[in-house]
Amino acid sequence: MSKQIWKKEIPAGGKWSGVVSKGKLVRFTALEEGANLSLLLYNPNDLTERYNMPDTLKAQHTSHLTTGHVLMSDNGRIFASLIEDTLGWHDTISGYTTRKLTDSKYGKTTYQEKRNEWYRSGQENFTVELVRNGLGKRDFVPVVNLFSKVFCDESGDMNFVLEHCPKGATVTLRTEMDVLLVLSNTPNPLDPRDWYPSVPVSMEVLAAEQVEEDDYCLNHRPENRRAFENTWEYEALVKG
Amino acid sequence: MAVFNRVESERKIEDAIYDEVILAGDGWMRELEPGQVLRIVDLEGNQAADTLFFDADNPDDHYSAVATITGQTNIYLSTGSVLRAESGKELLTIVADTCGRHDTLGGACSAQSNTVRYSHDTLPMHNCRDTFMLQMAKFDGKYEKRDLAPNINFFMNVPVTPDGGLMFADGVSAPGRYVEMKSISKTAALISNCPQLNNPCNAYNPTPVRVLIWEE
Repeated sequence: MSKQIWKKEIPAGGKWSGVVSKGKLVRFTALEEGANLSLLLYNPNDLTERYNMPDTLKAQHTSHLTTGHVLMSDNGRIFASLIEDTLGWHDTISGYTTRKLTDSKYGKTTYQEKRNEWYRSGQENFTVELVRNGLGKRDFVPVVNLFSKVFCDESGDMNFVLEHCPKGATVTLRTEMDVLLVLSNTPNPLDPRDWYPSVPVSMEVLAAEQVEEDDYCLNHRPENRRAFENTWEYEALVKG
Repeated sequence: MAVFNRVESERKIEDAIYDEVILAGDGWMRELEPGQVLRIVDLEGNQAADTLFFDADNPDDHYSAVATITGQTNIYLSTGSVLRAESGKELLTIVADTCGRHDTLGGACSAQSNTVRYSHDTLPMHNCRDTFMLQMAKFDGKYEKRDLAPNINFFMNVPVTPDGGLMFADGVSAPGRYVEMKSISKTAALISNCPQLNNPCNAYNPTPVRVLIWEE
């Protein structure tokens, strides 16, 4: 077992941002069933470099994320690899909830009335954490929605799968570069449940083993290897 | 079964206030006034017109592929699709489309993504994101690299399968097919006429597109 470095619980409706350096495992666990944790990734040393959904999907010929896949930046590099996953499907095409959607779907709540139990939106959570890190509105891009499954039928209709995520489901990322992670624990916009479905998620950071030549993510596709090579080339220039 | 929704326009070429050809691999950026209608014509067929939009009055609010597709709970764009900004604001509506289906998950090619998708020696090849940046630079800092969110690929076919696959297939367009959209407010349109030489979606042969604009 890798040594645990840090652990945090992201409560329902919660948010978090912080830098995790290269070579760490970041493990997320759904503490109740039906979790959805929205995730954005940036390069803390060059904030214009960010997670790119289309580059990630088309390079790996996939419309979903699971073990073996890597999360690519818009500069052809890898922020993080998905090295373990008990679910087989995480979403990256359905975005985050806006304030408007949150109010219309779950009923308008206010801080004045509910205090800290008011329903948070992904839009506001991300805005706060982006601004905190020197970013803003223009830096929003498609998110990764850990624990959610949205599949498309032949006509292109998007279908959210209820009961996809049981309590205890885990997914583990391995950072391949220093990464600014920005998280919002808010509902998937396509979740049909009409009561606010956010549940707590735990986040653990552990030390990662070095990437070996037989690494599953490295060998998953030739595109992944070339993205790893781009990442190592960048590291060689900026580190040490 | 793939659904193609083909709708013709009644607008006449001679009534257009603007009519230009964007050559293969070239770029184009222009602000549309509220009510203006933009038509993009795939002159020779199977070309990809990589297109981004911005709220020209609030340029930090870019087109959002995800807000657009979740707004209609369908990943393909065609007549009736409302093209939304990141804030959720409605930027344009597609009002005619003789191709029938367009992609907004595949993004734009870049030098860096080409090295990943094809080979490291493709790095010097001309690509859409270079074209986007060159066009944005003409607006004196109003738009910058951070504004490059995932775009629309008009005329491109990127089928997604129920089991979670995604592929780039041969184009579904043909010579003369077009898509037409009406601007709801003041909207900047940015087009890279894709120069990609490594992908079958344009039959490895980039060709010109034509852009026309009508007043409402």
